Amino acid sequence: MSGRLDGKVAVITGGCSGMGLGTLELFLEEGARVVLADIQGDKGEALAAKHGERLRFIRCDIRSEADVAAAIALAESAFGRLDILFNNAAAAGATGGIETLDVDAWDATHALVLRSVMLGCKHAVPAMRRAGGGAIINTASGTAVLPFGNRGAAYGTMKAGVAHISRLLASELGPDRIRVNAIVPGWIATSILGNSIGASREVADRMTPYLLEDFATFQPLPDAGTPRDIGEAVLFLGSDAAKWITGVVLPVDGGLLVKNQADGRLPDILQNARTKAEQALADGAPA
Amino acid sequence: MTGRLKGKVAIITGGCAGMGLAGVELFVAEGAKVVVADIREDQGLELEQRLTGSVCFIRCDVRNEADWAATVALALDAFGGLDIMYHNAGAPVSYAKFDTITEAEWDDAQALLLRSTMFAVKHAVAPMRQRGGGSIILTSSVAHVNLRSNTSSAYVVAKAAVSALGRIAALDFSGDRIRINTIVPGGVPTSIHGSKFDSRTAVADRMATYFEEIFADYQPLPQMGRTTDIAKTALFLASDDSAFITGQDLAVDGGLSLERRMTQERYLARMAEAKEKALTDLGLEA
Repeated sequence: MSGRLDGKVAVITGGCSGMGLGTLELFLEEGARVVLADIQGDKGEALAAKHGERLRFIRCDIRSEADVAAAIALAESAFGRLDILFNNAAAAGATGGIETLDVDAWDATHALVLRSVMLGCKHAVPAMRRAGGGAIINTASGTAVLPFGNRGAAYGTMKAGVAHISRLLASELGPDRIRVNAIVPGWIATSILGNSIGASREVADRMTPYLLEDFATFQPLPDAGTPRDIGEAVLFLGSDAAKWITGVVLPVDGGLLVKNQADGRLPDILQNARTKAEQALADGAPA
Repeated sequence: MTGRLKGKVAIITGGCAGMGLAGVELFVAEGAKVVVADIREDQGLELEQRLTGSVCFIRCDVRNEADWAATVALALDAFGGLDIMYHNAGAPVSYAKFDTITEAEWDDAQALLLRSTMFAVKHAVAPMRQRGGGSIILTSSVAHVNLRSNTSSAYVVAKAAVSALGRIAALDFSGDRIRINTIVPGGVPTSIHGSKFDSRTAVADRMATYFEEIFADYQPLPQMGRTTDIAKTALFLASDDSAFITGQDLAVDGGLSLERRMTQERYLARMAEAKEKALTDLGLEA
């Protein structure tokens, strides 16, 4: 084990599934101690039981300032310090067209996708100052840059805010040696996609394998990206190898933002995956 | 040593000094075999001796296509293939503004900085296809991202074009699983900066030793970059850790792309101070 995060303490929000989980596993392999902050209690408890003393789970609704503050505080009380915060948790939020967009749904999307990132940064900074510096990595999105036809304006707008707050805080916090960067995931098969078309968590989780073949064709590189690919980029930005990198918004997308090859196929592909996932669940097929 | 480049063969241009040398040392430490392509023959042969078995040196003027062909041929002959092309070589070019620049000054700048980048891609693709993929790393500059007026305009244009070249080449060769990314270094204390203020190599090298203390507050992060910081990013982009990253510019600049925190006047005053100290140390006249 190379231990690229030996001695480091991290908080990962949304670490029970998808990109957060891919990152969590990699962080543990590389020697970090991790606070897992997630709303999915059962999965969180199971992960904590599996990984023992180097992982602490805390139930956290990222829309609640008290919950976010408690997750950050747990890093210091359980492990003595905070070095890395991965603001990863989100959900699809408001969908549909602008004419029918409900104002409360817009506000709820803001609280979930953008305000949550601000809260994480706000509470991490004093702890990172005490540690002599730190690294914050925020999850933006390809939809912050380009339209893909599956989500309303709310999610992409909030994600563009996530990218930009990363740049602004890089400037504000640079003198404290707190680095702030964002990643821009391309098409990674995770449950947020099912979530974006209204599928239940159970169905959304089962949809992901049915997306991989098409996702290999969405971007110039002819392979589907994995949560592990995202985790490697977060690991790099969180580690001392990137100690002179701040304020970057790094696409991890197989070249999607160079050339979007999804070509309007996404809505049909998501619906097909949903149908297959629902069928598999009805048949009682093993996951 | 963790062997993150075990079994890989790399070419690093400009590998005898500065960021290139840090790249050579790190790549070798991580298990790669490296062809160092540089015009500095004495340093190249010394490096080949020091890292014997892992490094082959070849004299390469990156403006000359025949030198590129010979460099790639050496990688295949000596180490059996090519997985990583890290084109880092560069040098200061004309500071003339466009109302006075000569045809030769413009052409020299583009040949050194831009046309060489095309050659790097051109000669790397075929051997990388043979290996089933590869990683090409290009070198741009913060000079084209965060502009300042007292700069080399020809340099800015060439480095902007390097980023554009990286994007379209990434699209063109993704089907072959050849990834192409561009590092955007900020102000790293190497002799290239001092060389704009004194043509003597010894003076420029000596000046660089003072940059760390006098330019710490140049960008948001309160320290100058190290050549090893750039090398660690090159390692990330060279390794399979970045298997899903292509067509990107990655700034390694302490936040300088976003914000320069020093006026041109203060920059020049501190450069003059560094030169003064270097001349005193070396017992030389201005």
